[in-house]
Amino acid sequence: MDELLEILQNLHPDVDFENETELIEGGILDSFDIVTLISEISETFDVTISAEYIVPENFNSAQALYELIQKLEEE
Amino acid sequence: MLFTSYGFIAFVAVLTLLYYLGPANFQWILLLVGSYIFYLIAGPEYIPYLLAVTLIVYFAARIIDRKLSDQDAYLKEHKKELTKEAKKEYKAAQKKKRMVFQIIAVVLCVAILALVKYANFFLANINAVLSASGQAKQLSFLTIAMPLGISFYTLQALSYLFDVSRGTIKAEKNVFKFALFVSFFPQLVQGPISRFKDLSKTLYEPHPFNRQAVAFGLQRILWGFFKKLVIADRIAPAVQTIFADVSTYSGGYAFFGMLFYTIQLYADFTGGIDITIGIAQMLGIEVAENFNLPYFSTSLKEYWRRWHITMCSWFRDYIFYPLSSSKGMQKFSKFTRNHLGQKVGRRLPVNISSFVVWFVTGMWHGASWNFIVWGLANFVILMVSEEFEPLYEKFHNRFGFAGKLPYRIFQILRTFVLICALNMFDVCKTIGETVKAFLSIFTSANWGEIGKGGLLGLGIGVSDYIVLIIGILIVFAVSLYKNKNGDIREGITGLAKPGKYAIWIVLIIVVIIFGTYGIGYDSSQFIYNQF
Repeated sequence: MDELLEILQNLHPDVDFENETELIEGGILDSFDIVTLISEISETFDVTISAEYIVPENFNSAQALYELIQKLEEE
Repeated sequence: MLFTSYGFIAFVAVLTLLYYLGPANFQWILLLVGSYIFYLIAGPEYIPYLLAVTLIVYFAARIIDRKLSDQDAYLKEHKKELTKEAKKEYKAAQKKKRMVFQIIAVVLCVAILALVKYANFFLANINAVLSASGQAKQLSFLTIAMPLGISFYTLQALSYLFDVSRGTIKAEKNVFKFALFVSFFPQLVQGPISRFKDLSKTLYEPHPFNRQAVAFGLQRILWGFFKKLVIADRIAPAVQTIFADVSTYSGGYAFFGMLFYTIQLYADFTGGIDITIGIAQMLGIEVAENFNLPYFSTSLKEYWRRWHITMCSWFRDYIFYPLSSSKGMQKFSKFTRNHLGQKVGRRLPVNISSFVVWFVTGMWHGASWNFIVWGLANFVILMVSEEFEPLYEKFHNRFGFAGKLPYRIFQILRTFVLICALNMFDVCKTIGETVKAFLSIFTSANWGEIGKGGLLGLGIGVSDYIVLIIGILIVFAVSLYKNKNGDIREGITGLAKPGKYAIWIVLIIVVIIFGTYGIGYDSSQFIYNQF
């Protein structure tokens, strides 16, 4: 989780990613951010987040994103 | 049958009457029949294309859905004996099988679209190459008319196919219900490009008569008519005059031409979508919004989140994300990180995917180099803005501009001028004419003519300009209200009876008196009908 938070913080240093739950609906992360995130996650966690997983529910909070990474790591 | 023609108004009135007078369980069937009658009137020769796209996608989605169900059943049945690797292998093999059907359907649908929309564009380019290489031989053009709305319903049908393939929705078993999803007449010719999971929520269920929904729908239709007939069609002659001859109407005329066209495009497209959403609302059906005050955007990036939202989200979800998140792109990103540095490697998937999306977006808008260059110009501006974003932020913070109203207004005006300039690719016939007209704004010495009443010689007179200015101010005021308080109709509904009725009666009178009509009136075609 710490690694993910670091990636997110590098993207938007001013956002409280530990508590924010509307990263997509609140317009904090846009499509460019998401793609950058996917690249970073792929590099750090060695998982590929394919397009079918790019839905607001998976990106609205750091926790949701972390759970997605764990799910993909298990698959 | 244009949305603003008398025939269409009569068609909607009869259909709505039958819709609420007939049995509620048959409403969706009536809509399907009505939609096909609407398309038949538009051109009987267009029907086979609509049917072909519908059937291709329907059967492919059904097969894919069945294969997904089989996969789930197999995995469930063999849950205990399958290792993690075996499960992964099985899923990958199944996905490949499903992809075959998806690819076949996509290729067929895109081939149909390419044939009717792009074949002559390619032939013209081949002919240009032949001429340039000194060969006398020229290929003859195809004489196929582009079916109305094909760009819209093809994307809508494909979105359904992709969603079924991703497992986010189940395939619709009833072919007639699916046919209605593709052909639903209010959105058939210029969108919005709906998603099945959204539209299907209200498209098939019975709708008892709801006075409030019908009233809101009618009000939205009226608002659409106001924008289209009072603003878009009234300003259209000036736009046509200027861009039919950019050599004569250069400099100041070109500047006002791009401004007028941007106003026309907004009133025309958002007006058309208002009519679409209004009709659907009257029938109890919820269609996705396509605009969110786009000319209030403070950057081009924001503009593309507020303008033609359903098209942009289509390209984002089905091209940008799949491409940028693909294994190939991620591998390439890793490679470039190792060889060109972290920053470049991180940005490459975004930049390459954006380039593809904007190229396709340009192509989708029309079979001409103008639209392709328009798309790529958008790409370049967006990418440059993105790369310079940290610099802007430093600048804003250094001088304390961030969040200040005057600076926000400056940003809105700057974005508006940028959109006006980009729209010149859309309204001019060729890239040469676009560049010529745009550069003339800075080089031509005819600006003095504008001050001497030059704008009155463009096919519209003083009274037209007065109507236009008042009309634009009304739209602006309503937009400001929406920006602050939300839907104005709810505000009006809350007023006392004489006041709320007076507003709508005045608007009806305004549309009747100040709408642009003529002898044998048939309103101008909507700009986006051509796409």
